[in-house]
Amino acid sequence: MVDAMETTQDIRLLLAILAPLVGAGLVMASGKKPNVREGFSVLAAVTLLGVIVSLVPDVLAHKRLAFTLFNLLPNLSFTLRADALSMVFALAASFLWVLTVFYSAGYMRGLHEHEQTRFNTCFALALFGAIGCALSDNLLTMYLFYEIVSVCTYPLVAHHQDEESYEGGKKYLVYLTTTAKGLILPAMVLIYVLTGTLDFATNIHSGIPFPPEAGRWVVTILYGCCILGFAKNGIMPLHSWLPSAMVAPTPVSALLHAVAVVKVGVFSTVRVMLYVFGLDRMDALNLGLPTAYFVSITILVASIVALSKDNLKARLAYSTVSQLSYVILGVALLTPTGVEGGLIHIANHAFSKITLFFCAGAIYVATHKKNISEMHGLGRVMPITFAAFALASLSMIGAPPVAGFVTKWYLLNGAMDAGSLGILLVLMASTLLNTAYFAPVVYHGFFGKPAPADAGHHYKEAHPAMVIPLAITALISLAIGLYPNFFMRFVQALL
Amino acid sequence: MTSPSSTGSCLLSLLIFSPLAAAVVAAFIRSDRWLRWWTLAATTIIAVVSLPLYTGFDVATSKFQFTETANWIPTLKIQYALGIDGISLLLVLLTTLIMPLCVLCSWNYIQNRIREFMICLLIMESAMIGVFCALDFVLFFVFWEAMLIPMALLIGIWGGPRKIYASLKFFIYTMSGSVFLLVALIALRLQVGSFYIPDMMGKPYSHEFQTWVFLAFFISFAIKVPMFPFHTWLPAAHVEAPTAGSVILASVLLKMGTYGFLRFSLPITPWAAAHFTPWVMALSVVAISYGGLTALAQTDLKKLVAYSSVAHMGFATLGIFAMNKMGLEGAIMVMINHGVTTGALFITVGIIYERLHSRELGQAAGMGKRLPVLAAFAGVFALSSLAFPGTNSFIGEFMVMAGGFKFSQVMMILVAPGVVLAAAYMLRMLQKLAYGSTKNPDHSKLQDLGFREVVTLAPLLVFVFWIGLHPEPFTRVMHASVENLLQQTAQAPSASGLAVAQTPVVSK
Repeated sequence: MVDAMETTQDIRLLLAILAPLVGAGLVMASGKKPNVREGFSVLAAVTLLGVIVSLVPDVLAHKRLAFTLFNLLPNLSFTLRADALSMVFALAASFLWVLTVFYSAGYMRGLHEHEQTRFNTCFALALFGAIGCALSDNLLTMYLFYEIVSVCTYPLVAHHQDEESYEGGKKYLVYLTTTAKGLILPAMVLIYVLTGTLDFATNIHSGIPFPPEAGRWVVTILYGCCILGFAKNGIMPLHSWLPSAMVAPTPVSALLHAVAVVKVGVFSTVRVMLYVFGLDRMDALNLGLPTAYFVSITILVASIVALSKDNLKARLAYSTVSQLSYVILGVALLTPTGVEGGLIHIANHAFSKITLFFCAGAIYVATHKKNISEMHGLGRVMPITFAAFALASLSMIGAPPVAGFVTKWYLLNGAMDAGSLGILLVLMASTLLNTAYFAPVVYHGFFGKPAPADAGHHYKEAHPAMVIPLAITALISLAIGLYPNFFMRFVQALL
Repeated sequence: MTSPSSTGSCLLSLLIFSPLAAAVVAAFIRSDRWLRWWTLAATTIIAVVSLPLYTGFDVATSKFQFTETANWIPTLKIQYALGIDGISLLLVLLTTLIMPLCVLCSWNYIQNRIREFMICLLIMESAMIGVFCALDFVLFFVFWEAMLIPMALLIGIWGGPRKIYASLKFFIYTMSGSVFLLVALIALRLQVGSFYIPDMMGKPYSHEFQTWVFLAFFISFAIKVPMFPFHTWLPAAHVEAPTAGSVILASVLLKMGTYGFLRFSLPITPWAAAHFTPWVMALSVVAISYGGLTALAQTDLKKLVAYSSVAHMGFATLGIFAMNKMGLEGAIMVMINHGVTTGALFITVGIIYERLHSRELGQAAGMGKRLPVLAAFAGVFALSSLAFPGTNSFIGEFMVMAGGFKFSQVMMILVAPGVVLAAAYMLRMLQKLAYGSTKNPDHSKLQDLGFREVVTLAPLLVFVFWIGLHPEPFTRVMHASVENLLQQTAQAPSASGLAVAQTPVVSK
């Protein structure tokens, strides 16, 4: 069935990447008029969402949609495709961009941040990269958009232009470009030399056909390069750019470091695992469980580090590092349920984690507090924000009926199908750790005694432009927990 | 001896001699203003006139095209023989494209002896086109040497504080290379009995002869590339040279070395080339890493770009000696791309220097805030230089790496760090230019790019994306010639075997 799909040249794919790109240009050109500028951001985001949604019926009908941008060399081109896997990421990213535009307008104006035009331009460019990555038809195109994301998000990370943000930005660039150029580029060239193509396979099983003369070890090394090379996936030990990048303004942390950038990393990783190497080859070369155990280290260690962080954004950052590896772990189980659980987590984590970051930003704008220990009792004055935080925390922990539960359910099933007790234990330990670092924030927020220093302040909820988006994302986390089929039908279409 | 045929076209002669004619006219122009306009007009017209080379080029054949032959010194069988193939075509076009930009970037930069400067530029153009078109070794050598003097003058008269030192160093290095070339020339003449370059190719020379000729070629061309460890003249020359000098040096002159490998070393001494490949490969890998590391340590913008050239040219030699189609075509692409990108970077550095009277990165820190157009151009060219996908350099490096992997997978592991370094030094430069640190110098009095400066950089910007996104028009012309070159080199082992059987070609 899968191979029988016909390929159609579809102009909508071009529109999908042009929307954020043109949007970035318009934002830059209208910098002097903030309302017009934000208007263009909204327009670009809504257009993008519209285009992506319009692709849904065709993708579910198993049409293969593609659009060739440029041909470079024989079998080497910049080409876009839309399949079910792209839709999981593209839908989540484009929908959340719309909300983030409003949220970030509220945040940036509320704090009177400088260089808002540059900020919004780069934001749109980062989405351009993320959507391009989601819609890539081959490894080269993916590499192009992956690098675009790296370069275009530097100005966002270094936004404050102080010592700390320059340091964070430097680390960010060094980690991401070094791994991409040092591991992905050579791996990509070698795959091209060995197989004569970089086009992703049409199903998740076969992968690109490697010739027999490419020995077992060469393929294994290439696989290793790809797992570590897409360092945006936050796998330890190449994760430390992520916490450093938290010097960025919170909307950046929210959309980019919970949705776009890190998801570009995990999406690229699983795309390569499934469509370059393929489940069958991973199984044959026995790469599945070793990968699962390798990322288990990240899941556990990052959770433990998260426990030790008092800065809310830092705790969320390490939580992200930990949760990203769920996606890779699920795919590495190589069982249908495992793959489903991993891939659905791309969307589930996006909605829940962006809620948490939105809340962190709202708390900061309303109270200028960054540390968890100072947030005691704030839940009583900011009930919506803390309720949303609680809901999203439950999702991160994996409690029913919030989105994260679906992930956990499938992952646990996948681990049992794979017959791996070790992975089962990792998932259980991770759940306990998630509870340990999220529950106190919620508990103290609602039931803690306000600090004496807060006595004279009358805190209230942040601007509605911020509170409404975070409420929406929290409710969506709940909704896709109750109706997991919304994203699950895409994932199931792959199997 | 194969008699070179003439096609009756005199386009190449026209391209070679019209800059000289323009130089003669320039000698009689009094006004500085008119001198600039005249040289600009002349070089632009030459660039336009060179376009039929591309449109009239037959991509199906590896034979030399637009050939011209005339007896020059019949007693010595020295001919005036010109012709281009898929290897030289793009280099000729690159030369004619770069020259008007050199005039433009010198518009205000050069304030004294303008007439002499413009004459030097025009003579350079003649000689450079001549080198790429000459099919007679003596003619080639004449053009090769003729480039030296105007270049040394460009550095020595219009250069920076240490211009005499730099000029002399450049002269001595290149001159010593030329001596070896001359020796090889005479040795080949004695074996072949002709100076016609195609006659020298594919002959069953003995291994010993090939070794010596290859080494003589190698020293001469390696200095020109420059390959590690023959590179030390380059940073000095670049730093002291005026912008136009640096641009010509980077965009065209460095290509002469790699062109020499492609035109002489590989087809004439294929056995020796194959024999010495591991050594040349090793030097290329060292050049890539060394150039990158040294560039990373520079605070002088021109030195940074100069050392990046060493690294980039390492890719070119790597591709050439991988001796497969991907590698060779990639090498030619790297040569063209380096001409476009590094030329553009030197022009950008020149623009910065005209404003700050300093090339220190620290002085330029945070300029992008006040000069966004400059920062945008610098950004694109820096990304191109680090081989960002979608830009010209990416295609070249990708092909060279693919060729390299076909040659040896293990060796390419050693290249990977060099690729990373390119990103490191270029992004560092870009970060400094655009952001700097929390304590940036005051740039509030500086002006952003003017119209002339935008016009200078814009054509190169077009080529960055044109080659990067649609390389087919550029790779198309080289296929046949590269295939032919590969056949010539592939005969290496068999030719050596045949050498015993065949009577050696010796001229009486």
